Amino acid sequence: MLHTVNKSPTERNTLESCLQHLKKGAAVLLIEDGVYGALKGTSATKMVEQALKNHPIYALYPDIEARGMQDRVIDGIKLVDYSGFVDLVAEHPSVQAWL
Amino acid sequence: MTEATGGIEMEEDTSGKIKKFLYVNRKAPYGTIYALESLEVVLIAAAFDQDVSLAFIDDGVYQIAKGQHTKPIDVKNFSPTFRALEGYDIEKLYVEKESMDARGLKEENFIVPVKVISAAEMTDLMQSQDVVLSF
Repeated sequence: MLHTVNKSPTERNTLESCLQHLKKGAAVLLIEDGVYGALKGTSATKMVEQALKNHPIYALYPDIEARGMQDRVIDGIKLVDYSGFVDLVAEHPSVQAWL
Repeated sequence: MTEATGGIEMEEDTSGKIKKFLYVNRKAPYGTIYALESLEVVLIAAAFDQDVSLAFIDDGVYQIAKGQHTKPIDVKNFSPTFRALEGYDIEKLYVEKESMDARGLKEENFIVPVKVISAAEMTDLMQSQDVVLSF
């Protein structure tokens, strides 16, 4: 299962809730304001780094760049472009969008 | 006078008391329209020569982060507009330290000069206003 998250972790608990519902083999893709969850040095960083030990986490680079966060991404989070987004959707049997 | 204004009585004396306006920005840019709408209202209000301050708290601090490149998501990058506010005599920009710290941001990461204040100081700033507008 691919989980997408589009809300900032410092505004909603969407990311936290998503990370609590990951089964083995699940991946997370951060998009839109969800990319704030990919950053170093925030109040959400520890939670995300913990999840990263068991699950691949991706972030949509155009959304990172739009927000000026390109130098702040947690090591180990993989950056994808729009075609990478499509590939992830195609690779996983299903998608759950956390809003 | 009333003929020229379509029968509406226009207030001739526009020199009334200057009020203190605070615009409170709490949302990240781009994910929602709040940040851009706030900036639009600030620019409109600038024409009325009031005493304007801007506050950035919670995810609102992300609005003034340096290095925004929005071309890849095909939306307008409005962050440079914050630098133009000085030209409208809007120079009081406040960032709440607690919000900034929780997001790993430092004063040098902002696109405009700001005053970093504590949540307690922000509370006093809010209390001292005539009008508070929240976005």
